Amino acid sequence: MNSVILQIASKYVRWLLVIFSVIILIRGHNYPGGGFIGGLLAGLSLAYKGFAFTPELLKKEIKIKPEGYMGIGLILIFISIWPGVFLKTAIMQGVWFTIPFPFTEGFKFGTPFLFDIGVFFTVIGVTLLFLFSLSYEKIWK
Amino acid sequence: MTIVAMPILIPFALAISLLVFRTPKTCRWVGPLGSLAIFVVSLALFFRLKTSGILTLNVGGWEAPFGIVLVVDYLSALMLMVSSLILIAVSLFSIRFLPDDFPLPRFYFFFFTLTMGMNGAFTTGDVFNLYVWFEVMLISSFVLITMGKKKEQLEGGIKYLALNLLGSLLFLAGLGLLYGKTGTLNMAHLAEILKNDGQALLMNTSSILFFVAFGIKAAVFPLFFWLPSSYHTPNIAITSLFAGLLTKVGVYTLIRFFTLFFVHDQQFWHNLLLIVAGLTMVTGGMAAASYYETRRILSYHIISQIGYMIMGLGIFTPLAIAGAVFFTLHNMIAKTGAFIASGMIAKTKGSFHLKEVGGLYKQNPLLAVLFIVPAFALAGVPPLSGFFAKFMLIKAGIESGSYIITTVALLTSLLTLYSMIKIWNEAFLKKQPENHENQESIKLNWADYVPLAILATASVLMGIFAATVFTYTMEAANQLIEPAIYIDMVLRNRTP
Amino acid sequence: MEVVLAILVGILYTAGVYMLLRRSILKFIIGIIFMGNATNLLVFLSAGLIHGSPAFVDGTTTNSAQLADPLPQALVLTAIVIGLGMVVFILALKYKFFEVTGTDDLDQLKQTDSQK
Repeated sequence: MNSVILQIASKYVRWLLVIFSVIILIRGHNYPGGGFIGGLLAGLSLAYKGFAFTPELLKKEIKIKPEGYMGIGLILIFISIWPGVFLKTAIMQGVWFTIPFPFTEGFKFGTPFLFDIGVFFTVIGVTLLFLFSLSYEKIWK
Repeated sequence: MTIVAMPILIPFALAISLLVFRTPKTCRWVGPLGSLAIFVVSLALFFRLKTSGILTLNVGGWEAPFGIVLVVDYLSALMLMVSSLILIAVSLFSIRFLPDDFPLPRFYFFFFTLTMGMNGAFTTGDVFNLYVWFEVMLISSFVLITMGKKKEQLEGGIKYLALNLLGSLLFLAGLGLLYGKTGTLNMAHLAEILKNDGQALLMNTSSILFFVAFGIKAAVFPLFFWLPSSYHTPNIAITSLFAGLLTKVGVYTLIRFFTLFFVHDQQFWHNLLLIVAGLTMVTGGMAAASYYETRRILSYHIISQIGYMIMGLGIFTPLAIAGAVFFTLHNMIAKTGAFIASGMIAKTKGSFHLKEVGGLYKQNPLLAVLFIVPAFALAGVPPLSGFFAKFMLIKAGIESGSYIITTVALLTSLLTLYSMIKIWNEAFLKKQPENHENQESIKLNWADYVPLAILATASVLMGIFAATVFTYTMEAANQLIEPAIYIDMVLRNRTP
Repeated sequence: MEVVLAILVGILYTAGVYMLLRRSILKFIIGIIFMGNATNLLVFLSAGLIHGSPAFVDGTTTNSAQLADPLPQALVLTAIVIGLGMVVFILALKYKFFEVTGTDDLDQLKQTDSQK
């Protein structure tokens, strides 16, 4: 596709999508949202460039490979499994603590949230992998 | 009891480590050593089980019917142990037998995710969790079977994928209906609810969906067509991995479901299982007899032998279930061994086709000895493991008066023996065919024999110590037939 | 409302099975997608529908009959994610297959069965 409007827009819309995906990720524990949807949005923000230009360009310019994103995500998930064993009773049990934050009640952080971040990164990697493996290398005229 | 989750977490950690360290050299170490670690953990689980009874773990600290629960009873522990033994053999085998340009990190990554899915399926006590583990296993196996990207592999992959996807959709539909009827998905809770349910007949819709779904995975009679048309296409290391493990997970879930909570309407179900078992045996055995390609013969054999396991489930006496479990364990070892042997024949001679190979007995007596152990174990020659498994099944069949299926089982043994002797005659005893004389044969290194030697030893030991294995399988069968202990252990975390 | 959705599930299954029996691989994949969606709807329906109530416990609703059952929704979410992965994988496989062989016809898939 060769649309100038889309190409220029992609520069700015990408960051909007990234911010939005992070908001969705954070509100996910008590409201609709979460790591999976956030990850899809963030993955889409990267894929936006692929749609506006070509997936090959995206593949070249991307700094972390899809496998890298998946690796980060899976490692985070793996880390989030363990605190429950040592601090509580069972594996994967949620451990929560509050990080003090000025003007608010504080930011609640816990292993389920870490798990969600892991899912977030894994889904970004998977989305990119999908895009790269399904993109058809035909240049549309 | 965190150790219950270890068979799932170790492969997960290994898979992540393979994402980080992606050199073939690390894979050569991580593969076998990781499999060894899984084997050690399974052994530890087994000994823990022996001293303290059924092990449970409430994941995330949620109480049993509400959260996901992992359970290890004798059946799970035995399956875990034998499957991790196979993992050791296959991981050693694949180092030597995968071609040099094969993407080893990718292979081992999916090898371990497959292991994770399989161990999850063996240990979980929740139906939906089982579905998730099945899908993990399925996706890994899809990638493994299409690895190599040759035309035949893609073709085999599409066939494999088509029926298995359908199977998982039916699984999910059955699960939905089950939840709609009972309002729970915990297996022990389901067993408790369905035991006292006057309307249990309504479960037949759900249970037939489950039966078809697991039947596709286990490759029983009318649903096996994906297996012979896809198992001979990938690399032989991948085929031996699949042959030992995948269909047996289907059999495991069939045994688990149809002893634990689908126990209503026994007349109908046991007859159906017996009919299916008989037809599976005969069609598999007859089809195997008509082929001259070792991988195809052995693929049809998998189907034929699934019949025996289903037969044990259909007779449904403690001895029969114990026989089915024994047979499954023996079959996993012997079948993987037979596939590995066929891979070694092909490496020495350059072909899987029996018409193109020959004279191996003179050329490589060690391979001949190592081949004859799994082959005769499959055929059921005493003192190897297969004899005792078949003996138990046939004894149970006669005791319960199921004469037809017993006769069929005995006659199918002859078919099995015929196919095995065919491979033996053609590949080992016959002279090298003259029109294929020019193929120079490759000398095998001593390290090539190790995986097959492990499996052959395991098969012989299972035969020699059959009494010990028998006690454990009998214990497993008793736990399956009388699920009260299982239910109490899972739901109330105590023994009755 | 349940009846309408049940009929929809039936229609989706019918369409899915019809598409599965076509000769083209792409239509086969579309059939799989239809059947996957039908199955997801079936699971979603399994706990019944409660109009206008969320699956969240917010502390204000005391009657449990007015709360929707969250479990089928969680199950369906998982099943949809898995289904997405499967469909993408089979599409990628079909694409590779088309690249190698240049055919979309399931009847051409005979090579692996013809040799003895």
